[in-house]
Amino acid sequence: MNNVVPVKIQIIAIVLSLGFLAYIGRLIVKGKLREEYSFIWVFGALILILFSFWREGLAVIAKLLGVYAAPNLVFMVAIFGIFIYLLHLSVVVSQLHEKNKKLSQEIALLKNKIEKIISDKTEK
Amino acid sequence: MVKRIAVIVPAYNEEKAIAGVVNEINALDFGNEFKITIIVVNDCSHDRTAEIACRLKCILLDLPVNLGIGGAVQTGFKYAYENKYDFAMQVDGDGQHPPTEIPKLLKHISETNADIVIGSRFINNIGFISTFSRRLGIAFFKYLLRLFCGVTITDSTSGFRIINRKVLAIVSEIYPDDYPEPVSIILFRRNNLKIEEVPVIMCERKGGKSSIKAFTPLYYMLKVSIAVFFTYIRNRNKN
Repeated sequence: MNNVVPVKIQIIAIVLSLGFLAYIGRLIVKGKLREEYSFIWVFGALILILFSFWREGLAVIAKLLGVYAAPNLVFMVAIFGIFIYLLHLSVVVSQLHEKNKKLSQEIALLKNKIEKIISDKTEK
Repeated sequence: MVKRIAVIVPAYNEEKAIAGVVNEINALDFGNEFKITIIVVNDCSHDRTAEIACRLKCILLDLPVNLGIGGAVQTGFKYAYENKYDFAMQVDGDGQHPPTEIPKLLKHISETNADIVIGSRFINNIGFISTFSRRLGIAFFKYLLRLFCGVTITDSTSGFRIINRKVLAIVSEIYPDDYPEPVSIILFRRNNLKIEEVPVIMCERKGGKSSIKAFTPLYYMLKVSIAVFFTYIRNRNKN
């Protein structure tokens, strides 16, 4: 088995991916990351952990799918996943943009109403 | 019956020009037929625009964050719609649209069955008719809009326009964010509204900056083209 990851790097990978998962957990607990956006990160961290334990995993799956060099599979899956997630984030930003616009307009209209009420009162 | 007209003046850093524009509009005489109210929408200027505007004879809508021209004008449309105005018109705060031309638009929309009346520089080609590159862009939009909605609009980037209540109902809900002028035309056409143009004379801006920055004409053209295309697709089922 010459495709197997050496033990030293395996231990580093396990530690790092567990740490990553713990960090995501901490962000959610502290309310800095909303649950709906955490799914993909938890999922990603779990995959990292899976492959750090399952040493032959990458080679096995690459062979199964007929990918010639195993690292190419990693790049392909990762880039594809990142693109989709980026698109999702753009959608989220667009929604926020729209909501932000509506809120600001509403504030401007309300400010005007309040000032009118105040000036009506002072006239009386 | 007296018709109430909301004159929406979007202003972003227009401290030099705003007072002149508002006072000039207020000085116009419309007789007993029309009652004009000026609505200045301050798009979070960082100069003294708001301070100056609140001392003038106008209604001030003060946006807490900068929304860009589309969002600012839409705030005015929302106000006009909520407060039951019969017509709303847009006059830019930089002095580019001479108030003396307002009656032309007003007369046209009240005497015809048009829903939108646009003041065009390019019917008679007199007054300030912008730079060559801008005119080139406008010519491009003319063909683009003719392709998508089958009407010829000679001055699609003109913000100098008046709309009736039917249009107000639509634009207070949906209005394009940036570069709203050409894109809104396709929105209007998709809603089967009648657009007409009248010749007007425009001036060079007295202060402030164009919402179309000099170094981004290509971006502007591209964005408008994409927006026109998708507005066309989005509203396809309405016809």
